[in-house]
Amino acid sequence: MAKDDGVIGITTTVTQGQQRASRAGPRLAIRNLDFYYGTNRALKGITLDVPERQVTGMIGPSGCGKSTLLRVLNRMYDLYPGQRAEGEVLLDGENILSPGVDVNRLRSRIGMVFQKPTPFPMTIYDNIAFGVKLHERLSKAEMDQRVEWSLSRAALWGEVKDRLNTPAMGLSGGQQQRLCIARTIATRPEVILLDEPTSALDPISTLKVEELIDELKRDFTIAIVTHNMQQAARCADQVAFFYLGEMVEVGPAAQIFTAPKERRTQEYITGRFG
Amino acid sequence: MSVTVALSTPKTRDMRIAEMLGRRRRRVSGFAGMLATAATVLGLVFLASILFTLCWRGLAGLNLTVFTHMTRPPGSNGGLLNAIIGSLVQTALGTLIGTPIGLMVGTYLAEYARETKLGGAVRFVSDILLSAPSILVGLFVYVVLVEPLGGFSGLAGSVSLAIIVIPVVVRTTEDMLRLIPDTLREAAIALGAPKWKMIVFICYRAALDGLTTGVLLAVARVAGETAPLLFTSFGNSTTIGGLRTAMASLPVAIYQYASSAFDDWVQLAWSGALLITAGVLATNIIARYALRRRG
Repeated sequence: MAKDDGVIGITTTVTQGQQRASRAGPRLAIRNLDFYYGTNRALKGITLDVPERQVTGMIGPSGCGKSTLLRVLNRMYDLYPGQRAEGEVLLDGENILSPGVDVNRLRSRIGMVFQKPTPFPMTIYDNIAFGVKLHERLSKAEMDQRVEWSLSRAALWGEVKDRLNTPAMGLSGGQQQRLCIARTIATRPEVILLDEPTSALDPISTLKVEELIDELKRDFTIAIVTHNMQQAARCADQVAFFYLGEMVEVGPAAQIFTAPKERRTQEYITGRFG
Repeated sequence: MSVTVALSTPKTRDMRIAEMLGRRRRRVSGFAGMLATAATVLGLVFLASILFTLCWRGLAGLNLTVFTHMTRPPGSNGGLLNAIIGSLVQTALGTLIGTPIGLMVGTYLAEYARETKLGGAVRFVSDILLSAPSILVGLFVYVVLVEPLGGFSGLAGSVSLAIIVIPVVVRTTEDMLRLIPDTLREAAIALGAPKWKMIVFICYRAALDGLTTGVLLAVARVAGETAPLLFTSFGNSTTIGGLRTAMASLPVAIYQYASSAFDDWVQLAWSGALLITAGVLATNIIARYALRRRG
């Protein structure tokens, strides 16, 4: 898995330890996870493996808990009092839900991209540098390199290399979303969570982001929530179907979309509800 | 509405009702529009009248002496230099003391205590302070600063202005920070930013225009305050004064001169009023211009 552009050191720090592990082993293991908004139980006993360097798609009707699950994986719910999770989420064997976990460090290992592009009110360059500076001390030259690397990986470098010092708000919606992806991979996370990353984008931008996901899974473990079943079929290696807070079924994408085992899965993917 | 359709096909009952409703809505809309316009014109007339009188009377006495001479007894060609400098010093110092406190309280309310009881209590108290009669602020500072220190002082004047600055900045800071969508906050947190970095580097930056406007509003508010200064810096009719002695200021000079029986003092009061107004206006314009160039 040595990457040709290993200048950034991602090859050594991130992937080496896992090379001996089986390629499709779970990077992230969710065990008996319950989640509560106050007293409302939004996730019921979820158990799911997110395999290394694959795309795991999460589908299901609105309110089924798929976005909630994603927000548990980087402890985003910590921001809101009254929300709590029970069970285990193991990242490389360590339970990230335990109270002693350094959530800032955790979030640098598990990056997230949101539904709507969220560029920070600063230049394109600073958007990338902001996240990197939180966790590393880099020289100017190293930072330049990191910015170029992440923007290239997000297929945005060619479009913005001449205006890195202009406000990121000036980019189109699709470019902004790719900038957000670049910003996320710039901190060199192990896992990337994508929460409906294309639902606010036009078809061409959507295509670009989907191609990007395909490209990124060579180095990153990806979990994507989507409302678009075609997208799940195109991008995901493994698909999990959620309904009313339960995970109904999980399996290889081809099997879920052609021969689902559960009746509810079949009814959802054939458009009978949802 | 369906007026054009009605030309080619016979009207049904529904269409007639729709037309009638359409006419009624247009009438109501026109009437409401007229009321709104009238109210705007009325407001503008008062404003224009004040500004016009101020310019007319103020400009008449505005000459170099106003800026170069201290206040003097009536009939001896005095100016307002000490009052102008005293006002600049006290307004600047009051803003300098009040702004950081206001920013921090506003940040606490918007980012840390949004739904908490303590936050609600702080917000309530701040709002009361916002509308409290400013003479009470002056009396408060008189008791806690002027009496213990043994006399009127520029410092006491600045502190009383700072107390008026605080709730103005608190309110605008909280409002402006609340306008920032939570998605932006989550995006910063998702990168592993601690909360304080999210606030300082993302939220403040996103709300910079609004925060600056809040501070300017506060400056405009205190630049013309008279009542809190009467009991604190008192005014000084011979020199500028200092932070530890009674200090001159434009509003107090205007207050004293405007009610005097001497024509040249009354004239100076008009000029002083014009100066404050022009000063506040200039601050606003400069700040807006600077912000636009930055953004």
